[in-house]
Amino acid sequence: MICLGIEGTAHSIGVGVVKETGGKCKVFSNVIKIYRPEKGGIHPREAANHHATYLADLIRDSVKKARVDFPDIDIVSFSRGPGLGPCLRTAATAARALSLSLDKPIIGVNHCVAHLEIGRGILSDCKDPVLLYTSGANTQVIAFAEGRYRVFGETLDIGIGNCIDKFGRTIGLDFPCGPKLEELASKGERYLDLPYSIKGMDVAFSGLLTAAEQYYRNGERVEDICYSIQETTFAALTEVTERAMAHTEKDEVLLGGGVASNKRLQDMVQTMARERDARFFVPSTDLCIDNGAMIAWLGLLMYNSGIRMKVEDSFIDQRFRTDMVDVTWRD
Amino acid sequence: MTEKTIIYRGAEAEIHLANYMDHRVVQKKRIQKSYRIKNIDERLIASRTREEVKLMTEARLHGVSVPIIYDVDQENGVITMEYLQGKRIKDILNGLSEKERIRICNKIGESIARFHNNDIIHGDITTSNMILLDDRVHFIDFGLGEKNSEIETKGVDLHVLMEALESTHSLYADCFDYVLDGYKRELKEDANLVIKKIEEIVKRGRYR
Repeated sequence: MICLGIEGTAHSIGVGVVKETGGKCKVFSNVIKIYRPEKGGIHPREAANHHATYLADLIRDSVKKARVDFPDIDIVSFSRGPGLGPCLRTAATAARALSLSLDKPIIGVNHCVAHLEIGRGILSDCKDPVLLYTSGANTQVIAFAEGRYRVFGETLDIGIGNCIDKFGRTIGLDFPCGPKLEELASKGERYLDLPYSIKGMDVAFSGLLTAAEQYYRNGERVEDICYSIQETTFAALTEVTERAMAHTEKDEVLLGGGVASNKRLQDMVQTMARERDARFFVPSTDLCIDNGAMIAWLGLLMYNSGIRMKVEDSFIDQRFRTDMVDVTWRD
Repeated sequence: MTEKTIIYRGAEAEIHLANYMDHRVVQKKRIQKSYRIKNIDERLIASRTREEVKLMTEARLHGVSVPIIYDVDQENGVITMEYLQGKRIKDILNGLSEKERIRICNKIGESIARFHNNDIIHGDITTSNMILLDDRVHFIDFGLGEKNSEIETKGVDLHVLMEALESTHSLYADCFDYVLDGYKRELKEDANLVIKKIEEIVKRGRYR
């Protein structure tokens, strides 16, 4: 079975082609185009226009790179949500057109669950992890329990990536600010106290963001502020992940989302895992960020477990929560 | 304390079984975490140990069942307290009859109201942090707590429990309503203000 997946929840439009072999995921191709606003954050309409401009080429490109022909594709999947409406609709429209013209089934998938499943699909030994999913919009600690992927902890206000981007914009960095902020942080020498906000297994970052901006206005060294932001927020994220692992009694931890490519975050979670004799997993960066391959893989899993979707039911869902998905492909 | 006495290893602390002046006690030792820098680690261990003892002592004065505290070693993050040989609510809740489940959830709500009446915020109200013993629900692990009189903070406190019930006891979705029934009965201020706030907090989250 070969599935082509289209991802389009936010700033990225991606197309991936994957195949299942022996229960594992083989990525044939995974191409992506990222919308980068000239200034400020993502403008949903501008992002959707960007996606519409490049999507047809990306689909052709992904099929070519996968060394398959269009008739070889068995299923077409797309990111149903959560995400920005105009972006989701652009990806869904392309998926419907492709499904109808190839006369192949369509399936809409949950973006957050796809981030988790791609880890399980790609990495051997990654079977039942707690996922720390950190991106611009999303910050969730997810694990499988009682037939669903449950959100054990999440942000109560803004995503960690959003927090980083907002501070980055304050100090004049370009979007996405994560990699540049990481570099600045590596030159930090002095820790500046920042609010450490944990509520049960939930986190909150807006207070920390305000405090960090205050430090900037007061003339503190930018490197020190970036260092303090990373140390504080990542410690909180690592702590809630560990709490979720203790709570669910799981001994695997998986990273996903764009912020997962931050080396310091990887470091901290890996150290935490080692200290509690747990295994640590992180997919390669192209599979951590928003991408089509993970959408294709989840589409395949769902289809193989008997889930079917009619084109007329393939509407999008901007508020598609992780725990709304009935996980039929796992025991 | 030897390795053998560890009876539970949580995310942030080890629970040791020990003897203290002829009492069977547990010692809760917060563990240094090498993933975080020393500055943050020391700050968290000291403040959480201090807050936990303060809040537990005060909650006890107001009729909330908590273990008796015998000793505190703030520097090393160790609290010596009464050993409660009961059952975690997390482990028994799903197996109770409906009638019993309602009764226990009511009790949980009443206890939460009793500490909220005194502006004590638990900070991590989950069914793992409640122990049933002698038909009383004992609360443990106040380490993320604080003193706070705001409706917002009380709402967040209950929201943590709501999420814990949804994720760990999802087949019994009505549990939280029964907790709120008990809460309403016992809370001195208007409980509906807190309940309204919970709804607001839920909506504030992503994709609600």
